[in-house]
Amino acid sequence: MTISLGKDLIGLEHMTPEQIRLILDTAEPFKEVSERPIKKVPALRGKTIVNLFFEASTRTRISFEFAEKRLSADTVNVAATGSSVSKGETLVDTARNLEAMRIDMVVIRHGSSGAAGFLGQRIRSNVINAGDGKHEHPTQALLDLLTIRDKHGKIEGLKVCLVGDVLHSRVARSNIWGLTKLGAHVGVCGPHTLMPRGIEELGVTFFPRIEEAIEWADVLNVLRLQLERMEKGFIPSLREYYRVWGVTPERLERSPRPITIMHPGPMNRGVEIDSRVADGPHSVILDQVTNGVAVRMAVLYLLAGGRPELADAAKRGGAE
Amino acid sequence: MPSVTRLLDAPAMARTLSGMAGAIVERCGTEGLVLVGIQRRGVELANRLAKLIERSQDVSIPLGKLDITLYRDDLSAIGPRPRVGETSLPGEIAGASVVLVDDVLYTGRTVRAALDELADFGRPKRISLCVLIDRGGRELPIQADVVGQQVKTGPGERVEVQVDELDGRDQVDLVR
Repeated sequence: MTISLGKDLIGLEHMTPEQIRLILDTAEPFKEVSERPIKKVPALRGKTIVNLFFEASTRTRISFEFAEKRLSADTVNVAATGSSVSKGETLVDTARNLEAMRIDMVVIRHGSSGAAGFLGQRIRSNVINAGDGKHEHPTQALLDLLTIRDKHGKIEGLKVCLVGDVLHSRVARSNIWGLTKLGAHVGVCGPHTLMPRGIEELGVTFFPRIEEAIEWADVLNVLRLQLERMEKGFIPSLREYYRVWGVTPERLERSPRPITIMHPGPMNRGVEIDSRVADGPHSVILDQVTNGVAVRMAVLYLLAGGRPELADAAKRGGAE
Repeated sequence: MPSVTRLLDAPAMARTLSGMAGAIVERCGTEGLVLVGIQRRGVELANRLAKLIERSQDVSIPLGKLDITLYRDDLSAIGPRPRVGETSLPGEIAGASVVLVDDVLYTGRTVRAALDELADFGRPKRISLCVLIDRGGRELPIQADVVGQQVKTGPGERVEVQVDELDGRDQVDLVR
């Protein structure tokens, strides 16, 4: 049976392992497209995609835009500031107006958990979640999975620990879903104030000390510490955070095996991660960025599927 | 019940490939020669042809593979997305004499896509087309330069090429 992703990509929580593997396998050939002299294939020619970003983003937006352009789609970027959104238009009205201009897909980032799913149920276009509140950031988790698979040759059975602000992190949530579905063991490590209550119910192991996480893990995915967390009293100070939770070469030296280091970016060097680790031999942080474009190309390609009635017509015509 | 006619068995396929290898050398020489197989079975056939040429001419033939899925003209019309295979070309193809290798030539649409894709990698000096089976039925003005066997077929019929590397045997059947 052929596997399909359906209309939208909202999160990994409700995806099957087969669907996740389909995206990762499809991303493989797309890596090569970005190495070509002409980094462009005509797969999405004539498709119009709107990147609707209600929250600031550099990396994710650029990564989506490269993916779209390398597939030959036409793209429009809409940022919340300076658009009708700042005049009080609702999310659905914004999207319906865009749809009235005959678009095919919407990539949305929004501060509210559930915004992408909400939109997907209300418009005909494909919707791709580029991060919604504290809910999910599926393409980030998919590129993390691809990077882990590249580095270790597999995901099943690996021990992957998410370090830091799991409470506010949609990246962590999507990673936990994706990793557990593909058979990895998932750990979380960070201050109690930044851990969701009942996190073990997701099937993950909580490590109260970074040293224990390092002793256990094959892969550390170091989450970004949002600096405003300090102002809100989740952590006492950045210096203390570094001292207690920072991923440093001294701590990694005690590990029985080399640990793959990941970070979704943007990094706070000297807070959650030491520069010598971020730039060290086991860091795959820039591979994550490269893989991000390939994974997003795969998602766009798979979602922009064809119209079944035309497929039937093509079959009747006896095409090869 | 579909009826099956054997077009080529293993020894006949070996003879045919050997003849095709000779025809490629006669047409293109070996200077700057690059064989590029079209996924899937074209890749295996290109491998075989390259080995045959290398053995008879005592040269080394660079090999490439091309997946044309992303260049298909019916991509927005077909249902679930087809799997995309690997594309890899051996270095610079600008100035090379490229021979595209595929198992079956039918409508010509695959070859059209392959030509477009190759053009995005560079400007070869010449591109030739080499197919094991030409079954007629072209929908585009495309012809092969080297053909293993020509077969007249109708739209309800199918040519099935099997190669040892993927299918465990070498044979070509016409299925009605």
